[in-house]
Amino acid sequence: MAAELHVELVAADRSVWSGEATLVVARTTSGDIGVMPGHQPLLGVLESGPVTIRTSDGNTVVAAVHGGFISFADNKLSLLAEVAELSDEIDVQRAERALERAKSEADASAERRADVRLRAVAAR
Amino acid sequence: MGAQLRVYKRRIRSVTATKKITKAMEMIAASRVVKAQRKVAASTPYATELTRAVTAVGTGSNTKHPLTTEAETATRAAVLLLTSDRGLAGAFNANAIKAAEQLTARLEAQGKEVDAYIVGRRGVAHYNFRERKIAKQWTGFTDQPEYADAKAVAGPLIEAIEKDTAEGGVDELHIVYTEFVSMMTQTAIDSRLLPLSLDEVAEESPAKGEIPPLYDFEPSAEDVLDALLPRYVESRIYNALLQSAASKHAATRRAMKSATDNAGDLINNLSRLANAARQAEITQEISEIVGGASALADATAGSDK
Repeated sequence: MAAELHVELVAADRSVWSGEATLVVARTTSGDIGVMPGHQPLLGVLESGPVTIRTSDGNTVVAAVHGGFISFADNKLSLLAEVAELSDEIDVQRAERALERAKSEADASAERRADVRLRAVAAR
Repeated sequence: MGAQLRVYKRRIRSVTATKKITKAMEMIAASRVVKAQRKVAASTPYATELTRAVTAVGTGSNTKHPLTTEAETATRAAVLLLTSDRGLAGAFNANAIKAAEQLTARLEAQGKEVDAYIVGRRGVAHYNFRERKIAKQWTGFTDQPEYADAKAVAGPLIEAIEKDTAEGGVDELHIVYTEFVSMMTQTAIDSRLLPLSLDEVAEESPAKGEIPPLYDFEPSAEDVLDALLPRYVESRIYNALLQSAASKHAATRRAMKSATDNAGDLINNLSRLANAARQAEITQEISEIVGGASALADATAGSDK
């Protein structure tokens, strides 16, 4: 069996997902980063964007993360985000509506949030 | 029915109605405490991980940051006071305000100016009534605080810390809130939030005693710290808001429980008085009848002769 790493995806007000994974891909401010078991200890700042977790049973979990941190040590990876949603939890129509509304109101941060959600769903 | 008895009956009815209301409020508060406690528990993983990350940066690098450096002579301090929007919680707000006032006096004795930042209508009302200056106030979310609320509170405070003291910024940030110890005990405490001492954070970290691994910082230790510290402050404020909310509900529950108990006692006493009044009334009626009858008997006995 391949080596595994333990992932904790936590938002400010709840624990979103936790489990074993073989690969986690997230976007830091200096570019996409992939973490596999045995990676060297890492602490990075996340950009808003989808985070892809390849679980050890072969499934893929995608979450939309709005700002936060990634930290990895001792084969334990924590993704800290103020707001994090699993792609299954995202209401596509609502996100699309929010995107249109944000575009019409020229609200850059709301537009980015909606965009991240839609990208997370697309990556599923 | 006699006037006295009627008054007692009316009071019993009104106290019974009040008792029903306080009983309902007690039960509502009890269910809210549980909900609030659950929220505190749900926010713990984030706080723990964040503390661990701050410890990692603190021990893994010698980075300096405005939020961690002590001013040589602190001249102005901010006090963030967490109260509730609504009362009926016993001494909950009074205790928090008293703690804030003691802290303010202490800081002023050290020669610092104090800016008051207040959460909750009760605290705001207290300061407004005494015509004291409030630097900034927030109301409307104390029963069920969300993370966004903590962010809204933390924003201006972090801004004030980062500003130069000469331009109206502050050197220190203290927070006064009510810690939820248990259902029966809640204590108002004050603690210094900023400047942050990384050693203290390391003390609190669950990984105490472990040798922290040598982290690779992405993009750099300064940038990570820059992004991390405001989040840490926000999470601390969020935690304080949640604890304060849980404490408020627990205090309400207790206050309402004693109100219900008191109403019960009052009803008992009033029923006794009402019974005595009824008895007295009956006795009086009987003696009136007897007196009347005997007077009548005397009168007829006299006319016969």
